[in-house]
Amino acid sequence: MLQKSQLSTDTARHIEVVDAGDYWINRVNVGETFRITDLKGNQAVDTLFFNANQPRERYSAFDTIREQKNLYLTTGSTLISDECNPMLEIIADTCGRHDTVGGACAGESNTVRYALEKKTMHSCRDSWMLAINEHEHYGLTKRDLAHNINFFMNVPVTPAGGLTFEDGISEAGKYVEMVAKMDVLVLISNCPQLNNPCNGFDPTPIELAVWS
Amino acid sequence: MTEYEDTIPGGRHWSMLIRRGVQLKLTDVSGGGNVGMLMFNPLNYLERLNLPDTLKCQHTFKLTTGHCLYSDMGRVFCSIIDDDVGWHDAASGTCNAHLVANKWGASSYQDDRNDYLRNGRDSFLIELAKYGLGKSDMVANMNWFGRVDVDGAGGMAISDANSKPGDAVILRFEMDTLVIMHTCPHPLDTASAYPRNPIAYQLSLAESVPDDDPCLNSRQENARGFANNQLYLMGV
Repeated sequence: MLQKSQLSTDTARHIEVVDAGDYWINRVNVGETFRITDLKGNQAVDTLFFNANQPRERYSAFDTIREQKNLYLTTGSTLISDECNPMLEIIADTCGRHDTVGGACAGESNTVRYALEKKTMHSCRDSWMLAINEHEHYGLTKRDLAHNINFFMNVPVTPAGGLTFEDGISEAGKYVEMVAKMDVLVLISNCPQLNNPCNGFDPTPIELAVWS
Repeated sequence: MTEYEDTIPGGRHWSMLIRRGVQLKLTDVSGGGNVGMLMFNPLNYLERLNLPDTLKCQHTFKLTTGHCLYSDMGRVFCSIIDDDVGWHDAASGTCNAHLVANKWGASSYQDDRNDYLRNGRDSFLIELAKYGLGKSDMVANMNWFGRVDVDGAGGMAISDANSKPGDAVILRFEMDTLVIMHTCPHPLDTASAYPRNPIAYQLSLAESVPDDDPCLNSRQENARGFANNQLYLMGV
């Protein structure tokens, strides 16, 4: 559901542009609002959430969609953990639909999807791996990297059970905004994928903002 | 021993190492059954079933004959070489204690002995612990015999009577795989009483993969997945 925000970035406690191919790992406290803006359009933002105080508890894509009985995330969606606790709620969305079944790109899955010689290209999983190893104090390992949200991606299911990768429905300046229901650690890979027509083969920067 | 058959009652759990070249036939004895399943590489438990990769690389939401189940390392754990059902669910997760109690009421071992209402999440945790694994390793699971349709707005609805009595699916393992499974209900099951559908399973030696194998050839992606397995095994 399309819903605009009342917040201005003038009052944000933190605002930052993250280039394609980079990661962002930061804490957002309970009650704070977090916004991701697709600055140039049709970008995929591969996002994981953890309980900041107990990172063994994490966002669960498939518990989230089952509990809301809807495959897509938008305004009103509650993002829930593997222990079925609410982590964040989407409170504004000018894109209208976000994917959480398509997972993230990795060198190894690129070999299957595109070509065997793609295995050394940069990927979302590489960004996450670097993030967790450069921030060891969070205590995250590969075991903790489960299934993510692809903000701004459109992956509809056909009535016959097919999965299609449609052109993005996002455009420059569209955003999604959520309020934290617990202290969360946010781990984002701003997707570097060069093989997917969804982003026009041109991954672009995003803007992240946090309001206290 | 080259063949083995057993039946798991409804609402129970088990796990086993299945070698490359072995096939697992799951039979929904009474119809309407469910098998929750996770897979790991026994040489490196960090390599595990990745259903988003599996769905994405085959451009499918359902799994049936001709599809492969992929690890997060771009390799094929197993291929679906035969299927009476036509649609298996890969997107609903598993039932937990709260969900089971809400749907089917409170239950305890003290009161109900081995008929107590087990749930999928606890069943996975019990089996995972046998290998030193835990909740961090519990990623998205298969729900064999279940079908969940998605409408144009994204609404998800389980299909009743997707699987008939005696329907079976056969998985051919393409690499050694630790299989963790339970027969607890599908998390979207609408039955008024806790479903206890037994699942028969049969292990036997698979025929070698022919050049015109339907799983190998159903998509170019699967040919590359099999190539990754060959490289991993350094054999032909």
